[in-house]
Amino acid sequence: MSQNKHSVSRRNLLRLSAAGLAVPSALLSAACSREMTRKGEGEVVVIGGGFGGAAAAKYLKRYNPKINVTLIEPKKAYVTCPASNWVIGGLVEMEEITHTYDGLKKHGVNVMHEVVSSVDPQKRVVTLSDGQKVNYDRLIVSPGIDFKWGVHEGVDEDVANIIPHAWKAGDQTRLLRDQLRSMRQGGTFVMVAPPNPFRCPPGPYERAGMVAHYLSKHNPTANILILDQKNKFSKQALFMEGWRNNYGQMIEWVAAMDGGTVFGIDVANKIIDADYGEVKADVINYIPAQKAGVLADQMGLTDESGFCPVNQQTFESKVHHNIHVIGDAAMAGPMPKSGHSAVSQAKICAANVVQSLAELDPISAKNANTCYSLITPDYAISVAAVYDVKDKQIVPVEGAGGVSRMNASLQEYRMEANYTRGWYKSITDEVWG
Amino acid sequence: MIKRKLIVAGLLTIAALPASAVDRGELLANSCFSCHGYDGKATGGAIPPLGEYPASLIVSQMKAYRDGTRNGTIMNRHARGYTDEEIELLAKYIGKQGI
Ligand SMILES: Cc1cc2nc3c(=O)[nH]c(=O)nc-3n(C[C@H](O)[C@H](O)[C@H](O)COP(=O)(O)OP(=O)(O)OC[C@H]3O[C@@H](n4cnc5c(N)ncnc54)[C@H](O)[C@@H]3O)c2cc1C
Ligand code: HEC
Repeated sequence: MSQNKHSVSRRNLLRLSAAGLAVPSALLSAACSREMTRKGEGEVVVIGGGFGGAAAAKYLKRYNPKINVTLIEPKKAYVTCPASNWVIGGLVEMEEITHTYDGLKKHGVNVMHEVVSSVDPQKRVVTLSDGQKVNYDRLIVSPGIDFKWGVHEGVDEDVANIIPHAWKAGDQTRLLRDQLRSMRQGGTFVMVAPPNPFRCPPGPYERAGMVAHYLSKHNPTANILILDQKNKFSKQALFMEGWRNNYGQMIEWVAAMDGGTVFGIDVANKIIDADYGEVKADVINYIPAQKAGVLADQMGLTDESGFCPVNQQTFESKVHHNIHVIGDAAMAGPMPKSGHSAVSQAKICAANVVQSLAELDPISAKNANTCYSLITPDYAISVAAVYDVKDKQIVPVEGAGGVSRMNASLQEYRMEANYTRGWYKSITDEVWG
Repeated sequence: MIKRKLIVAGLLTIAALPASAVDRGELLANSCFSCHGYDGKATGGAIPPLGEYPASLIVSQMKAYRDGTRNGTIMNRHARGYTDEEIELLAKYIGKQGI
């Protein structure tokens, strides 16, 4: 271990900390010799402060407070994608879906607001974009997703400033909300929905309902067209029923095989060339096809699918030892890419990192997921599942899970809307509180 | 009492296996926190907190949701994911939280 090179010397670090600057203990102890690490303790670095990474950092400290946990995330405040559709619909404000890292710091996590530029899996060193190096015994990576551009003619990364995806929350959410608000009366809002796999399978359809909610109040003659790049979608029957009951004919969904397939977009004139014909839009919400966050690719953690193969019990990468991948970037059997899944995986992964540092066998528990979707502020539906590991594969527990009841009472859908908000409050407090 | 001692003795022999650094009951119970709040202490939302529930009530309610004698919007779908053993382990852990 002593051959590890450190860009910051131990003496300088001590001087920094003496000067009252917070020095992450991973840096400090990286400068110490690793032999000092006692069994069960160690340095764990977590990359990405989203649902997966932030939850992993918090639960690592919960399971073994003696482990030094460093979370590396560039943003000082994280805006959740969950509930960002509610912002677009005008139900909540951006501030209500923005969370800082103060809670994690209180739980003893060292938080560094930096970008990771590379990782050396042999030397077990993370290099930050400013050149700093951080050593680890175990690394957890939860970089989320990135987009596949260049799939459709006329559509590259730069178009997001004109036709927002709003599939990473923040400025993109605001932009789409503002475009919706300034759309002409009777205009057409077109969503290009992505092919599988993508983060939050019911997300595009929840968004359609939230856009309809806004329009029915402020622009009732407008309409919504969804050009889908696939032929079916999550909770489809429940969404269709909910749209009809609440918004009549306002939302039209076109399957890929019925003309939804898009060939290209004339971004300047907002004209979409689809199988269906040419569509003139007033607002375009183009949600691109997706792959694991680029860092995962750069680290060599992905396979040809664009996502990361992992051990289904411990989430350790099948490519690099001592590196675990969770959340949207990981291939976790049939688990949907959701915040709830990411948090579930984070706990099981954190527990297994704690086990491995203590030189103990892997521990198994059950993963769980729930995706709630609001159709109106008082009408929501859900899909849930509980997962087990069988023959090294994540599989849904038979008989468990499933979707909300069809043709349920309005009372029941209203209760689900209240539970949707309860879920949001609980999970964001669990992760960032 | 005697019976209990025997069971404990039985467990001890199995416990020649390496101990776990993470309690499995805790790990199972943690999966309820995303809805019921961290440590089961949801506040201000519509989902009931579990923090103050005795273990026995968690067990009976989970089993009621699982076999359909109690109906909820979502709990039946979750409860059916767990075995008796898992329900007892997680309930024992949650039961401790109330103290
Ligand atoms: C509109 C919408 C609605 C959604 N609604 C729901 C919902 O209701 N329920 C639900 O469960 N899920 C929902 N989701 C899905 C949910 O947002 C994702 O599944 C979840 O964010 C995945 O967590 P993650 O940790 O994998 O990635 P993220 O939460 O995206 O976190 C990744 C983090 O990694 C950081 N990062 C990336 N690269 C680097 C680097 N090189 N160095 C340092 N940091 C880096 C990023 O800054 C980011 O903060 C929704 C998604 C969308 C788009
Ligand atoms: C997706 C969110 C969600 C998850 C995950 C979840 N619950 Fe629930 N729970 C609810 C909701 C909502 C209710 C109210 C009943 C209903 O509508 O299903 C509830 C009700 C309950 C009740 C009855 C409370 C009362 O006041 O009588 C118990 C007990 C319970 N849950 C235990 C658990 C346990 C244990 C777990 C973890 C294994 C768990 N729940 C996981 C959402 C959840």
